[in-house]
Amino acid sequence: MKNSYHINEKGYYGEFGGAFVPEMLQPNLAELKEQYLEILQDKKFQEEFQDLLQHYVGRPTPLYYAKRLSEKYKTQIYLKREDLCHTGAHKINNTIGQTLLAKRLGKKRIIAETGAGQHGVATATVCALIGLPCVIYMGAIDMERQAPNVARMKMLGATIIAATSGSKTLKDATNEAIRDWIQNPSDTHYIIGSVVGPHPYPDLVARLQGVISKEIKVQLLKAEGKENPDYVIACVGGGSNAAGAFYHFLEEEKVKLIAVEAAGKGIDSGESAATSILGNIGIIHGSKTLLMQSKDGQITEPYSISAGLDYPGVGPLHAHLYQTKRADFMAITDDDAMKAGLQLSQLEGIIPAIETSHALAVLEQRKFKKEEVVVINLSGRGDKDLQTYIDYFNF
Amino acid sequence: MNRIQTRLQHNKKILSIYFTAGFPNLEDTVSIIKSLEENGVDMIEIGLPFSDPLADGPTIQSISTKALKNGMTTKILFEQLKDIRESVKIPLLIMGYFNPIFQYGVEKFCKKCKEIGIDGLIIPDLPLEVYEEEYHSIFKNYGLLNIFLITPQTSEVRIRKIDAISKGFIYMVSSASVTGGKNSFGKEQLHYFERIHNLKLKAPQIVGFGIRHQESFFQATKFANGAIIGSAFVNFLRENSIQQIDTFTRKFNSLKK
Ligand SMILES: Cc1ncc(COP(=O)(O)O)c(C=O)c1O
Repeated sequence: MKNSYHINEKGYYGEFGGAFVPEMLQPNLAELKEQYLEILQDKKFQEEFQDLLQHYVGRPTPLYYAKRLSEKYKTQIYLKREDLCHTGAHKINNTIGQTLLAKRLGKKRIIAETGAGQHGVATATVCALIGLPCVIYMGAIDMERQAPNVARMKMLGATIIAATSGSKTLKDATNEAIRDWIQNPSDTHYIIGSVVGPHPYPDLVARLQGVISKEIKVQLLKAEGKENPDYVIACVGGGSNAAGAFYHFLEEEKVKLIAVEAAGKGIDSGESAATSILGNIGIIHGSKTLLMQSKDGQITEPYSISAGLDYPGVGPLHAHLYQTKRADFMAITDDDAMKAGLQLSQLEGIIPAIETSHALAVLEQRKFKKEEVVVINLSGRGDKDLQTYIDYFNF
Repeated sequence: MNRIQTRLQHNKKILSIYFTAGFPNLEDTVSIIKSLEENGVDMIEIGLPFSDPLADGPTIQSISTKALKNGMTTKILFEQLKDIRESVKIPLLIMGYFNPIFQYGVEKFCKKCKEIGIDGLIIPDLPLEVYEEEYHSIFKNYGLLNIFLITPQTSEVRIRKIDAISKGFIYMVSSASVTGGKNSFGKEQLHYFERIHNLKLKAPQIVGFGIRHQESFFQATKFANGAIIGSAFVNFLRENSIQQIDTFTRKFNSLKK
């Protein structure tokens, strides 16, 4: 039987997915599940969504032929410029869609979790735009590490609540956001920041990010006379930019997909975030998927130099792509990513987010043929990471 | 008949206590259980600590973190409970999140529970539909009752479905809340308690979340068959010794009729 890469009627990709949530969340998720497809397909919704993507976010983002990078690696490299989205990353594609959805569901308040602060900023931005109160949960440790983004969110009018439980990072911020939702079941919409969490979130977020691959097809047809590249490469934290970049190629088995996780200080170093390699199947944030855990099933704390990649799980779609081998999973270390980020800056004049640098590092490790077309999803820009780059390279 | 069912046949209001295994000290599990039974508690929920307890408020979160730091694991808990039925007669349940149980192996976990004499399980993040489809027959084979939650937001259709499959009791979550809520029960809760009572469900109902003093225990048990105290008891253990448990249970025992 041919593999399907979309959810089945129960919300699973193969054996991954579902909604393992306490009964308190059952009505919220049931409401979302019943309505999200209808709303997403509604003509009025689409008009409003597309209008904002075009005039507010700045879409379509360019598909840029990276000439010097292509020369260096002797292949045809295109960069999908999600870094040029308003707020500097793909995250806003999702927050615009979900905020419009929340409005149609009659919700009066938005909550979200954030790790590096990119999703938090994208949520706070759209809430300011639409005029909805916004509460962002962020791990106390991340608030220290990502102070500029905390300031941005505050300036945009969001309330930031420090998650002080557990390890005080992204997974705990997600727990706190879910607890908020439990306590505010009727008036609040929770905008999850990646293709993670209980059904229908992984599908909802993948559809909203799907605009990335939809545009790639159109742009590549123009540039190369064909819709399909040979490779699509994207980094994976929870997996939303990768899901978006892969989405319209999932069924095109000739398009090879490379998902890049953060190896941190090395797969076997004990300080890593390479979930698919180091994890095994379990439940995290309401989803049955691959996650990093102890043998007793306690969720462990991942590590990566990039705050956006150190999530101990991975979206159920990616777990399925890993298991079915539809995508190739690679793990890139801090050092290799940092080198690739510096190289892109100096060859193409683009400073990438460190998350994205992981995807770029694949060029050093994989050989591509001269005529092959390789699309790398440039998920975000590096402004937020400047301090980390400075500290690392001693600029 | 399962001990939970036997216990609930009596008309008295049930006092059920939750504690997190591994706190205050790793080895306290058995002495806490024995002391609770000696002090008139009718049923006990033994909490298996989890790193990411989604349905719990700050108290149980931080106690779970401590219990894990103290070294509690599923294996150690089972080892500690091995001979518990030599002395303890009241119903014992394990309350835990699904991931640690899933990692242990659901069938192996249920088998172990039966060997020990555990009567039921409360797994807040194991949804009804998944339970029915994948695990019901395993639970049944090992004589374990699965306890489902309902909340003020649960629809009547769903409550009836849960009632039909519930063999022990229904865990009525008192409000839209995580554990350890600080508010007193207002009109809204009292109305909810009465509304559920009027549904004339087949399964008895026990109220939990936010029960912490005589008043809330009294309100919760006005219509329901009992109440579960968790965070308030765990907080008590932070400041008092196991020998003092009678000072905690006394005030609630006096309200059981
Ligand atoms: C620029 C950028 N890329 C990638 C990620 C990782 O998230 P995801 O895997 O959901 O795309 C983040 C997360 O913060 C990010 O900011």
